[in-house]
Amino acid sequence: MSALPGSGPGAAVTGLDASPVDSSPETLAELPPLTEQTRREAREIIARYPQPRSALLPMLHLVQSYQGYVSPEGVALCADELGLTKAEVGAVATFYTMYKRRPAGRHLVSVCTNTLCAVLGGQRIYDALSADLGIHHDETTADGSITLEHAECLAACDYAPVVTVDYEFYDQQDVESARSLVAALRRGEKPHPTRGAPLTDFRGVSRQLAGFSQHADEAAARAAVDAPMQDEPTLRGVRLAAERGETAPPMPGPEPEPADAGEPAETVAPSGGTGETPEEEAADARVAAADTPAERAGAAQTHPDTGAEYGRPRPPAGRQREGTDTPPAAEPATGTDPTQSKEA
Amino acid sequence: MPLTPVLTSRWGAEQSWRLATYERLDGYSALRTALRTDPDELVALVKDSGLRGRGGAGFPTGMKWSFIPQPKPGETPTGPAAMPKYLVVNADEGEPGTCKDLPLMMTDPHSLVEGVIISAYAIRSRFAVIYVRGEAVHAHRRLVSAVEEAYAAGYLGTDILGSGYDLELVVHAGAGAYICGEETALLDSLEGYRGQPRLKPPFPAVAGLYGAPTVINNVETLASVPFVVRGGADWFKEFGPEKSPGPKIYSISGRVVRPGQYEAPMGTTMRELLEMAGGIRPGHQLKFWTPGGSSTPYFTAEHLDVPLDFDSVAAAGSMLGTTALMVFDETDSIVEATLRFTEFYAHESCGKCTPCREGTYWLVQVLERIAHGRGTAADLDVLTDTCDNILGRSFCALGDGATSCITSSLAYFRDDYVALLPPEEQARLGRSLRLEPAGVAS
Repeated sequence: MSALPGSGPGAAVTGLDASPVDSSPETLAELPPLTEQTRREAREIIARYPQPRSALLPMLHLVQSYQGYVSPEGVALCADELGLTKAEVGAVATFYTMYKRRPAGRHLVSVCTNTLCAVLGGQRIYDALSADLGIHHDETTADGSITLEHAECLAACDYAPVVTVDYEFYDQQDVESARSLVAALRRGEKPHPTRGAPLTDFRGVSRQLAGFSQHADEAAARAAVDAPMQDEPTLRGVRLAAERGETAPPMPGPEPEPADAGEPAETVAPSGGTGETPEEEAADARVAAADTPAERAGAAQTHPDTGAEYGRPRPPAGRQREGTDTPPAAEPATGTDPTQSKEA
Repeated sequence: MPLTPVLTSRWGAEQSWRLATYERLDGYSALRTALRTDPDELVALVKDSGLRGRGGAGFPTGMKWSFIPQPKPGETPTGPAAMPKYLVVNADEGEPGTCKDLPLMMTDPHSLVEGVIISAYAIRSRFAVIYVRGEAVHAHRRLVSAVEEAYAAGYLGTDILGSGYDLELVVHAGAGAYICGEETALLDSLEGYRGQPRLKPPFPAVAGLYGAPTVINNVETLASVPFVVRGGADWFKEFGPEKSPGPKIYSISGRVVRPGQYEAPMGTTMRELLEMAGGIRPGHQLKFWTPGGSSTPYFTAEHLDVPLDFDSVAAAGSMLGTTALMVFDETDSIVEATLRFTEFYAHESCGKCTPCREGTYWLVQVLERIAHGRGTAADLDVLTDTCDNILGRSFCALGDGATSCITSSLAYFRDDYVALLPPEEQARLGRSLRLEPAGVAS
């Protein structure tokens, strides 16, 4: 196996992809132009944010939705609207894998080959599609129908192995189902994804990610939201709980009536003595400035706050709920492992 | 422990993603309560509940909120206290194995929206952003729809429910970069830059989005907040251990009979969860698993009874992470699995810090030659040394996470590496192990 599917032996690919942006005259001649409408939409995006530059990622999705990739013209439009240089915009566009440097095919087929999907068949799927189509990672078929890529984890491990088409999910695939999916796409069909909404195309999805509807009318947009997905793994825990009659501990007391204004303290106000004093707040700020998150986590565990009563009766002491008591082993002597504080 | 659906309790309802369903099932009742409560009391409530961040680090949520500098009564605020406050939701789910936030946003997006409004009110923010992973177009679509419904119903916008409180909420799509799940890289990305982490301090609570005080919370964390408001801190603490309480969505995937999402109290064990998921596929045995995604050191069958909460997992030598339980059996090669994860980190390293950028590149080269039977006796030490030079030497946790699978697999399955070395290299180590044909790509 090469470092990444499609790359040569010993050629590990890092995040720093150096391939150029397609600016050949033939490609540029065929692109639909960016218009005043595109600029109006770009300004609409800018207006959503406290600072204009935050609009850059959605604007790149927008120009991609018109042209199928982030072209030199797309970069220039973003730079012009935001008062940036083209180099500044290009630096951003080339950082993110979803911004394409060459026109994508009509459909973008992504196969997860990260570990979990790979062991369950994702690598076999990728190899089969690559052989069938005669293309490798980030390449497009000669007829312009399919761009193939291997993908990193798509956050769908409970549905593994997964394939996406224009980022719409086709869950629990195998070599044969993926082959027939791609064959249907090449015939111009749009097999229904397993997570509800109908398949559109790469440009339509890019438009959605820019924050605009990709649908012709309200009804179609609503139908896309409401289309049910095949959700068995998602609901397995909920269904098993119902089958076994297992539930969470009941919330104490009656639910407050929303219409009964005037007694908010009854439900959430601390009984007193638990709100922090300014001095404690200052201490917290010093903790915040600690060198490592682990120090703060350690400090958190020795924080002077004690448990508060919130106006609702506590369960009587010693009351046992079946099977939900805390295991004695759940409180280790230390909880300050420095490797514990990761945010990625 | 039994299953305790709380966050997942509405998931099975008809059109659970629609506002009408959500309101029928007590949705937005916590918001009404919260808007009648002093923001400081909400911060104290969440602090008292013991809720810890569900994005991997487990930092106490209420404490994070309390770090936001607020104007003091009777004084003219200066510095950060005088600046706008921001709430940013980290919905950039992409850690290998992790698949809890996308189903939550697909099936119950309003629980996140309600959590955002309450939390933004608590930290006195008037602008919040949900940064959703770009590839997750299905979840993005439902979330955008939920936010539109919430605006139309008066839960967002100006003078929310007549309280005088205003909040704008923007759903912002990323564009394919795992690193943007790191909170400061996410902020750079949200500001329209390459997603690269910032040096801390200053922490985002003081200088975050646009240099202003910012809270960044994970989806599952914020979706827990309405339940804390409704049930109270003591109720929340009935779930699991005192120091990391609450209901938790465990995501089980891989070689089990019924992979999926199982919500149970913090501190539930893998043995219990495996039973719920139907066990390992018939005829096979558990070999290794991750407690919280690819950045958390592997566990083995020895660790089936470790309570899966932040402190117990750390004490056992790994991290709870995102409770992403990837399960592998004896047919799966630990070396191939580790190579795949390492390729992922090499691909996703943002390139800012040399140890991570160069280290992950070389780790792939070394692992690859071992996996293909071309390794040398010295390579195992090269792996260890390289990991030592990455761990703790980069701005963010991506580099640290990249070493977890290598160091833990060498600790538990060193013979699996040795068995892949050529016989003469094994002889240098005084070993002679048969090479078992097994592989991820088989």
